[in-house]
Amino acid sequence: MAPLSTNEFGRSRVSERSVVDGGRERTEATPKALYTLMMRISALEDGILKALSAGTFRAPFYPVRGLEPACAAVGLALKPTDYIVSTYRCLGDVLAKGVPMREIMAELFGRAAGTSKGKGGSMHMAAPDYGLMATTGVVGAGMPIAAGLGLAALWDGADRVVVTTFGDGASSTGAFHESLNLASLWSLPVVFLCQNNQWGEHTSIDDYTRQPVIATRAEAVTMKTIRVDGFDSMAVFSAVREAVDHARMQRAPVFLESVTFRLRPHAYGTDEPYIPKSKREAAIEKDPVPNMRRLLINSGALTVDEVSSIDEAILVEVDDAIRFAESAPPTPIGEMMTDVYASTGGMPL
Amino acid sequence: MNTMADPTLAGAALASVPGETMSFSQAYRDALAFALESDPSVVLLGEDIADPAGGVTKLLRGLSTRFGVQRVRSTPISEQAIVGAAIGASLGGMRPVAEIMLMDFLGVCLDQLANHAAKLRYMTGGRSHVPITIRTMVGGGGSNGAQHSQSLESWLTNVPGMKVVCPSNPLDGKGLLLSSIFDDDPCIIMEMSRVIFHPQKMVVPRGDYRVPLGVAEVRRAGTDVTIVSWGRTLNDALIAADELAELSVSAEVIDLRSLVPLDIQTVLTSAAKTTRVLVVHAGVQFAGFGAEIASQVTENLFDTLSCPVRRLGAPYAPTPAGPLEASYVPTASTITSAALGLK
Repeated sequence: MAPLSTNEFGRSRVSERSVVDGGRERTEATPKALYTLMMRISALEDGILKALSAGTFRAPFYPVRGLEPACAAVGLALKPTDYIVSTYRCLGDVLAKGVPMREIMAELFGRAAGTSKGKGGSMHMAAPDYGLMATTGVVGAGMPIAAGLGLAALWDGADRVVVTTFGDGASSTGAFHESLNLASLWSLPVVFLCQNNQWGEHTSIDDYTRQPVIATRAEAVTMKTIRVDGFDSMAVFSAVREAVDHARMQRAPVFLESVTFRLRPHAYGTDEPYIPKSKREAAIEKDPVPNMRRLLINSGALTVDEVSSIDEAILVEVDDAIRFAESAPPTPIGEMMTDVYASTGGMPL
Repeated sequence: MNTMADPTLAGAALASVPGETMSFSQAYRDALAFALESDPSVVLLGEDIADPAGGVTKLLRGLSTRFGVQRVRSTPISEQAIVGAAIGASLGGMRPVAEIMLMDFLGVCLDQLANHAAKLRYMTGGRSHVPITIRTMVGGGGSNGAQHSQSLESWLTNVPGMKVVCPSNPLDGKGLLLSSIFDDDPCIIMEMSRVIFHPQKMVVPRGDYRVPLGVAEVRRAGTDVTIVSWGRTLNDALIAADELAELSVSAEVIDLRSLVPLDIQTVLTSAAKTTRVLVVHAGVQFAGFGAEIASQVTENLFDTLSCPVRRLGAPYAPTPAGPLEASYVPTASTITSAALGLK
């Protein structure tokens, strides 16, 4: 069959219908699905924090509570063949991309059954077969990589899009600016999703920049920008869909700023005397998961019983994942020296 | 995930393949053209690389005209974005060849190289790989001063996950570049300006010609002293070997060609024979890569050696501009003197 047309690389374009979704089923993007995914993120984080407090395992952990709407909305908007590049605060993105809880927990526990055989750790979860291409522990550093995946998405002729997530703190890095400029210049199908929780590590946004509207940086390079209240789950839901659709159909980048507030510490085990109590309390009022639950019930979309049964199933899934990781065999010592190079001939290994 | 180029031609016997006399630039351009022509996943990224500039040294002249600006992409002056985009494109199935104009500029993108390119395979438990090639020019000899003249291989060799390659002549230039491009690991290939602009020409095979990474070459056989080097100082070592021959000292000259992977066996075999070893490089001697060679030779052959392994590199100072620079990097005469000092 003759190709539909050729792209700028002279390669055949692949028609929308011929793009295979990686053999996995896509969840229908409904408010119920959004809530379910948000709740899975929230509940798994609760399970992780409980296990950390109990000393069941040790690992650095960067909570995502308060960011669930955008994570979950991305999960529903993307196809399995689309790409994500995440940051160390990655739990929501990893779950959203469909990585099973058991693999996530095994990675956190340092088990061979983990996403990276237990060698990556909580900040470096990756599952390319799910489209989770890389997760970086360096602030802002995933953005240039996402731009490159955008270039590959143009080249391969499919209709892939790339989403990369980062915090507001990344906006002060050079990699941030270099990536936005390049993506705009080359019109790359990348959604730059800024999870603006108002804090860069332990410094307030007002103390590290005079321009707290992060999206202005993207406007400066003429990129389409969308700014949304990150605690308003349904607004985030439609903003993410708009951004992903734009990147997919227009083959052009979008900067999406989801404005939230930090609901939990920067990292597990750190204290937060720096967060004013009144601001924290106001933010907790907006905690998206319980609010979304109320919305579903009050609007009549789901009954109390239906929501309870969703929640109970998730708690069982979380419990199972943690038990699985606890009893899984640790990564054997022989894995220390594998995966350093493709082949080890002549290597000082 | 990524497709390998047809490897059946790798290591094609030199004599049986039609060749052409080429300078380093010609051989290099020939390699890039072959890669672009034979593998649609190859894309070139870098500042000024498209025509009419064709790269800061004109090394890539004509390639964008022949293969299009989509595949020979000039970039903004954004080294982090260049290396990061190469990494991302490779994760998405491409085989990018990115240029960092000068090795000194690794200083602004080392995070992408050392923390991402080098580590993604390991951090993903082998689920990802990053088959990128970073081409970078090493200056020196042009009075360009401390920020455009450095040979910084020792910044890289201490980071597991990268391969570090350094050709000294046109033939190896083509063969090592093609091996790097079609290698599944991130490779950094150091293009020394004194090698790029060296008057030497060689018969270089047309088409696919590869020099395997991690195989040193004995460029000159000898019996009294082993001189180990790479890149620009290798050519000075060959001149020194001529000078030494006139003084009845037989020097064996080994071109490492890649530092990672390291062919230490070829060095040890030679050292066991000559019992005297001199390591020469353009980078700073203190904590330079020569120390690794010296250490490995000593650990393996302490009882065999006639004298301690000697290193000869740049002094522990930034590269000076002006006439002082001539005394900074080892030369044929300082190499000869150092070799004569091995008793």
